[in-house]
Formats: sequence, C-alpha cells, structure tokens
Amino acid sequence: MNLSNHIPILIIAIPLLAAFLVPLIGRINKKATGILTTLALSVSLILTIVLAVKILTVGPQVYVFGATSPSLTLPSGLKFPIRIMLQIDAMGIFMGLITAVVSFVGAVYSLIFMKQHSGLDKYYSLLLLLTVGVFGMEFTGDVFNFFVFLEIASIASVALISFRGIDLGEPAEAGFKYMVVSSISALVVLFAVGIFYGQYDLLNFAALASVIKYSQLDKIALGLLIPVLAMKAGAVPMHMWTPDAYSEAPAPITMMLVAASQASLYALFRVVFSLYNISLNVLTVGWIIIIFGLLSMFIGVTMAIIQKDIKRLMAYHAISQTGYMFLGVGVGLAVLANPVALNQYGITAMEGGIFHIMNHAMYKGLLFLTAGALFFRTGTKNLDKMGGLAHSMKYTTIFFIIGAAAIAGLPPFNGFASKILIYESVYRFNPLLSIIAMVVSILTLASFVKVFHSAFLGPKLPQFKEVKEVPRSMVFAMAVLSCIIIFFGLFPDLIVKNLVHPAVMSLIEQFKYTGTVLGGM
Amino acid sequence: MLGLLETGSGFWSAIIWIVVVLVIGSIVIYIRNKGEDSYKKNTEQDKPFISGNPEKSKENSHLSASHIYWGLTEALKGYYNPLVKMHTGNINDYSGWIIVITAIILIMVGVSG
Repeated sequence: MNLSNHIPILIIAIPLLAAFLVPLIGRINKKATGILTTLALSVSLILTIVLAVKILTVGPQVYVFGATSPSLTLPSGLKFPIRIMLQIDAMGIFMGLITAVVSFVGAVYSLIFMKQHSGLDKYYSLLLLLTVGVFGMEFTGDVFNFFVFLEIASIASVALISFRGIDLGEPAEAGFKYMVVSSISALVVLFAVGIFYGQYDLLNFAALASVIKYSQLDKIALGLLIPVLAMKAGAVPMHMWTPDAYSEAPAPITMMLVAASQASLYALFRVVFSLYNISLNVLTVGWIIIIFGLLSMFIGVTMAIIQKDIKRLMAYHAISQTGYMFLGVGVGLAVLANPVALNQYGITAMEGGIFHIMNHAMYKGLLFLTAGALFFRTGTKNLDKMGGLAHSMKYTTIFFIIGAAAIAGLPPFNGFASKILIYESVYRFNPLLSIIAMVVSILTLASFVKVFHSAFLGPKLPQFKEVKEVPRSMVFAMAVLSCIIIFFGLFPDLIVKNLVHPAVMSLIEQFKYTGTVLGGM
Repeated sequence: MLGLLETGSGFWSAIIWIVVVLVIGSIVIYIRNKGEDSYKKNTEQDKPFISGNPEKSKENSHLSASHIYWGLTEALKGYYNPLVKMHTGNINDYSGWIIVITAIILIMVGVSG
C-alpha cells in the first residue's frame, strides 16, 4: 500500500480521530488534551504541505472512498462517478494550506490562553472538529458532502463561540445567532443540492459541471447558493452575525472562524466557476459579487471606525477585507467570457482576490491573537479602558504593528502585495471601484491608528502596572504568523507564481476540473 | 528577479522599496543630525506648548478610543445614524436580510437570463 495515495483522507482523518480521542485522554490527563490536539494538527499541517507539493508538481488529486484504487473515479461501465470522493486541485490545496496553518497556530496559542477554563477536552475536541469541517468543505468533490462538512464546521463553531460560558449571556447569544444563520444557510444549501440531484441524478461537482444546462431550476439553485454562501463569508448586508460571533469567541477560535468563513467564500467561487462557469450570465453574477465586495469593504470599515470593543472593531475589518476578495474575483468573473479582458486584467484581479484570502487569514489571525493577548493580560476588550500597554507588552506591540500595517495595505507587508494587484487590475475594469478600494485602505489605516493609540500608546496606566508580556507559546504563535506576513510581503512573486496563479487557473479552466474526474469529458 | 511582482500595469518589489526607504531615511537622518542653529538646550524651548492650559498628570492625559475621530463621526452623523440603527442585534432582522437579498438575487439571476 502506497501511503502517499492516502494523504488527502489522512489530512481529515487524523484530526477527526484525535477529536474523539481527546475526551478519552482528558479523563486521564487534562494537560495532554492540548498537546494531542497540537500534535494532530501539526501532522495535518505537514501532510497538507506534502500534498500541496504533489498537486503543484503532478496535478490535481482525487481520493475515491471504497474504490479498489483511491484514484479510480469511474469503475468499468460507469459514465459518472457514484462514490464519495475528495477532489483537490490547486485552489482546494491553497485553501487547505490556510486551514492547516491557522488551526495549528490556533492550537499552539490555546495551550496557555485557554488554560484557566474548564472543559478543555470539549474545547479541543470541538476545535479539531471545526478543522475537519473546514478541510472537508475545501477538499470535497461532491455537493452533498459539502453540506455535511458545512454542518460539521457550523455545529462545532456554535459550541466554540459560546464556550466562554452560558452564564455570561453574550457568548451564548452570539452562539445562538450563529446557529440560526448557519441553519438557514445549511438548509438552503441542502435545498440547492436537492435541485441538482432531482434534475441530474448526480451529486459529484465535476459530473454536475459537465451536464449542467443552466435551466430555470439551475438558476434557482444558483440564486439560493450565492446569498447564503456570501452570508457565511460575512458579506454586507448579511454580515451582522460576524461581529457578534467573532467578538465573543475565544481569540484562537475567532481566527479559525475567519478560516471557516473563507471556506464558504471558496465554496461560492467553486460554485460559480467550477460548477456553472460560462454557462451562467457572468456579467450579472460578476456584478452581484462586485456589489457584495463594495458594500462589505465600505460599510465594514466605516462601522469599524466607531467601535470601542477591540474584537468587534477587528470583526468589522474582517468583513471589510472580505470585500476585497469579492471585488477581485468578481471582476474576474465579470470578464470570464471575454478572453481579451480576462488575459489583460481579469486573471490579475482574481490573483489579487485569491492572494488576499491567504494574506487576510494570516494578518487577521495575527490581529485577533494580539487582541486575545491584550484580553489575556488586561481582562478587557474595551479600548476606552486600555492604554500604555506597549510599555509592558513589547512583543505583542510589535506583532500588532505588523498585523495593522499588513491589513492597512502598507508596504512592504503582504496586504499591500495583494491589494496592489487588485487596485491596478480593477482600475482597468472600472476606475471608480479601484478608487473606493484605496479609500477603504486609508480608512483601515485610520482605524488601526486609533487602536494602536488607545491600547498601546500613552503613559503606563496605574491599573496595568502589573501587566507583563504573554507567555512564550502565545508569543510563538503570533511570531509564526508575523514571519509568514513578512515573507509573503517581501517575496509575493513566489507565492503568486507557485500558489495563487495555479489556484486561479484551476477556477477558470472548468474543463480541467471536470476532466480530473471524468477523464477528459 | 526575486521579489518582483508583475501587476499587469507595472511591477512591485518590496526589496527595491526597502532600499529606497533606507536611502531616503539616511538622508533625512543626516539632515536632522546637522541640527537647528537657533536651538538652545535647557531653555523654555524644551517645554511643551499646550495653549496656556494647565498640564494634566501623565495618567490623565491619555486620549481614549471614544474621543478619537469624534469630529469625523459627528460630521458624518447623517451616514452613521441609519447605519448603526440597521445593526439591531436582533436575529429576526439578520434572517430578514438573508431573505431580502436572496429574493433580489433570484430576481436578478432569473431576469438576466
């Protein structure tokens, strides 16, 4: 048996197995739960990197459950795949790498951050299940299992958002709100799956893509999938759950929630590009996504400016940054049927949007971790009550500066690299869109100057005289993300050429996606 | 060249940017170090100018988050008031927005063909 053929399923199975082992281990040794989780996620991270190398050198990978060979998509005599399968191309593994890094860093950070809480076996078990759900959403090759993994991720998220305790009220309320919006989205996704299955007797993404006719029913399915997936990604005006959930969840979980939201965004892109592609009216759907982007960018950042709770402020920025991804990819979609425009600026716009997904996961993750570090030491999320913390939390201050500069799109950090790709390409599609994107970046900088001033600058306040830097494992987690941000900022060409461009092309070239499963149909 | 990102309309290189910043920064530091001839140390020139108001204690002089950009938000009241009102925190409204947007998108996708 060649183990390397089983890497796709091992990436999901290892954290899944660990999720069930953690409560058992917790009965013997509470401390071991965190270590086991970190170990499981570090193995997943290594396997994801190995799989990424394989995909980027050899090509997309398929893993068929229950087949005599994991790559046997069509047993003899069958025209369409009937088995459950994972289908991982450059876009899928791009998202998988984000999930693997974020979940590993989140687990390391949790080791000390969550130490004072009870029920840690449940916490780590849910963290692993959330990771499983997000990986599954990114790797699955069929629409029904996308729904299953979406549900796994949502249920784990609800429990994790409420984890700080039902007696506190607010975390429970945030968890309840997330449960309602997640249930709506899951039911709508299931309804769309039913539409596809009812028409084509198929659930496999690639097989569906090869037969889809863009009938009236397909239009209804598309019209249902776009808003609910955009809502799960935090698009305005369906974003209101985001500040509630992001601000109440523990900091490492908020970072994971960002990755989970991006998995929904990925699913939206997968649906419009890999499933429908040019069969749909790309200009209309492209503009729908662009408008989501504009609203999210502008309303997100303007709402952030007036926040006093540091995590709510950052949550609104997460919404705003998601707008850039919508904008870049939306422009690519709008010109998908126009090969000249696609080559001139459409592909670059998509590269900017897709690159921004990874950059955002890194710097927003880092910013949420710095907010967690401030909460860990001061016990408050209220910026009005903070001040002068740079005196005693020097590493956290440096990490915050790196994250803030990156999100504001300041060179030489990674946020600038993806934003410049978006500005310059979107400008050629519609200059106004690009100008709005730049204004939003300036407002983002203004907002983070406010946070920096109110939390870190000023004299050392008497109530924080005893405050000191956070423990090493938390510093390590923030340092890992900072290093990635700096590396991506200094050498963006390496990332765009080797990871982002293949991911964009795997979205655009639908025939390659279907061909991987159906053998060149 | 390593670090050179093609943007479609030009290129971006963080390495070149850092070199340029270092060169300009060195020139600025050189000019600053040359000093100002009229400056006299340990005179009233060293004292902060605070418009004749009595100086507050260090701990009380910190400007809190609520006060920052007060003027901006006050000037944009017409924009902010309805926007903040929209964020009710009520889950019924959250669900309502999903339904409204779904309906709009269904119409757009249906009509556009």
